[in-house]
Amino acid sequence: MDAKPDPPVFSGFMVNAWIVASIVAVVGGAVGFFVVLRGSAFVAHAVPNGSFAGAAAASLVGVSTLLGLGVFALGGALGIGFLSRRGRPDVATALTLVFMFGLGALFLSFSVAYAPEIYSLLFGEVLGISTNQLGPTIALAAVSLGVLAVLYRRLLLSSVLPDSAPAHGVALFGVELGFLLLVALATTMTVPVVGTALIFSLMIGPPAAARAFTTRPYVAIALSIGIALVVVWVAIALSYQTNWPVGFFVGIASAVAYAAGRTWSFARGARRARVKS
Amino acid sequence: MTSAIFEPGFFSSSSVQLAGAVGAIVAIVAGCVGVFTVIRGQSFAGEALGDIGAAGGSSAYLAGVAPLWGFMAVAVAAAGVMEMIGIQRTRGRDLATGIVLGAGFGLAALFLYLGTTYDNTTGATVTVLFGSVFALDTSVLPLVAVFGAVATGTILLLYRPLLLASVSPELASARRLPVRVIGGLYLLAMALAVALSAVTIGAILSTALLVGPAATALQLTRRPGRAIMTAGLIGVGAMWLGILLAYDSYYWPPLHHGWPVSFFVVTIVLLAYISSRAIPARGRQA
Repeated sequence: MDAKPDPPVFSGFMVNAWIVASIVAVVGGAVGFFVVLRGSAFVAHAVPNGSFAGAAAASLVGVSTLLGLGVFALGGALGIGFLSRRGRPDVATALTLVFMFGLGALFLSFSVAYAPEIYSLLFGEVLGISTNQLGPTIALAAVSLGVLAVLYRRLLLSSVLPDSAPAHGVALFGVELGFLLLVALATTMTVPVVGTALIFSLMIGPPAAARAFTTRPYVAIALSIGIALVVVWVAIALSYQTNWPVGFFVGIASAVAYAAGRTWSFARGARRARVKS
Repeated sequence: MTSAIFEPGFFSSSSVQLAGAVGAIVAIVAGCVGVFTVIRGQSFAGEALGDIGAAGGSSAYLAGVAPLWGFMAVAVAAAGVMEMIGIQRTRGRDLATGIVLGAGFGLAALFLYLGTTYDNTTGATVTVLFGSVFALDTSVLPLVAVFGAVATGTILLLYRPLLLASVSPELASARRLPVRVIGGLYLLAMALAVALSAVTIGAILSTALLVGPAATALQLTRRPGRAIMTAGLIGVGAMWLGILLAYDSYYWPPLHHGWPVSFFVVTIVLLAYISSRAIPARGRQA
C-alpha cells in the first residue's frame, strides 16, 4: 500500500471512464441548477454522504455498490422530505445525514473493508470506473433528465415563487419530493466517479457560476452543464497525470469557477455603478 | 441484575471514564452553542465546519502535530472565509458554506492521500471521520476543557445581543446592535466547539450533538435558557448511553469486537428528536 500503481496506458478503458464522467457532469450541472435556485446546498451535501452507508451495506451483503447507493440515496431523500414537512428543514437534513453516517460506521465495523477502498468511495478514483458501469450510468442519466424535463416548469415556479405556486396548481410537497428524488438519482450515478464527498461541489460550483453570468434559466442550465463538463474533464486529466484523488481537483475547480462568477458579477456591478454616477 | 445492564469492568475501565468525561464536556458545549445554531438555521455551517476540520486533522497527521491544533486552525479559518463570502440572505449563505466545504473536502482528500501514501497510516481516513472515543489520550482532557470553556464563555458573554440578533435581525439593527459582528463572533465560537468535538469524537458525532439535542430541546421548551440546559442534559444522556451500549456490544454478534459509539449516539439523538415532535407540547416551536 505504500506505493500506488503506475497510471496505465491510455486505453479503451480510459475512454469509458471519460464517457461516464461526461454523462455525470451533464446530469450534475442540470440538477445543480435547481439545487442552487432552491438554496438546497445542504441537501445536495447530505444525500450523497448519507448514501455512503449504502455502499458499505452493499459490500457487507455482497450486492452491487450501485444498488446499495441507490437504495440509501432514495431512503435519505425520503427521510429528509418527510422529516422537514413540519419542522426546520436544516435540522431534518442534518439529523438524517448523521444517522445515515452512523449506519455507515456500523456497517464498516462489521465488514473487513480495506481502508483504501473506503477512501476511494469517499473521494473518488478514475480507475474505479469499470466498463460495465456504462449501461447503468446511461440509464440513470436518461431517467434523471426525463424527470427533470417533466418537473421543469413546476420546479422553476415553486423555486422562484413558492408563495404563489399552490395557486397555479403546483403541490409544493410533491415537487419537493420530486426534487429530492432527482438529487438521489444524480447521486447514485456520480458516486463511483467523484466520490460521495465531492458530488455536491459539482452540483453547486458550476451552476452558481453560471447564474452569475446570466439570469435566463435555459441559458444558465446550458452554461452550468458546460462548466461542469470542463471541471470534470480537467479533474480527470489531472488525476490521471498525478494519481491524486479526483475529488480534490473537482472541489478546487468548482470553487475556482464560483470565484470567477462572483468576480464577474462584482466587476459588472462596479461598472454599472460607474455608469450611473 | 445490574451486571445484565453494565458488563463487568464498565465503571473501573479508565478509557470508559475518560470517554465519559470528554463526551460530557463536548455535549454540554455543543448544547449551549447548538441552541443558537438551530434558532439561526445554521446547521449546514455546523456540519461543514466539522467536515472541513477533517482537512485540518488530516494535514496535522501529515505534519505530525496533534490533530486538535489542525482542526482548530482550519475550522476557525474556514469560519472566517464563510463569513467573508457569505451574503446575508439564507440562500447565499448556504451556497457560500457549500463552496468552502467543497474546497475543504478536496484538500482533505489530498492530505489524506499524501498521508497514506507516505507514511502508511491507512486508518487515518476512518479515524478523522468517525473518531474513536475509546482511544482518547488523557492529555486531551485539559485542552478540551479550556477550549470548551472559551466557546461557552463567548456564547454566555454575547447571550442577550446574540439572542436578539438571531430571532429578529431587523429589530437588532434598529437598536444599533452590530449584527454582522455578532454573527461573525458566533460563527467563530461554533467553529471552536465543532472542531473540539470533531477531533475528539469524530465529525459525525459533532454534528449530531450540535443539532440533535438542541432541536429536541427547542421542541420541548420555548425559553432559550431552559432549552440550553435541556439540550446539555439530552446530549450528555445520549453520549453516556451510547458509550454504555458500545461497551456492552463487545459481546454482540456478528464480529465480537464492539459496535461503534457513533452509531448508538446518532440513533438515540434521532429517536429523541422524532419523539419530541410527537409530543403536542403547548406553545412549542413550529
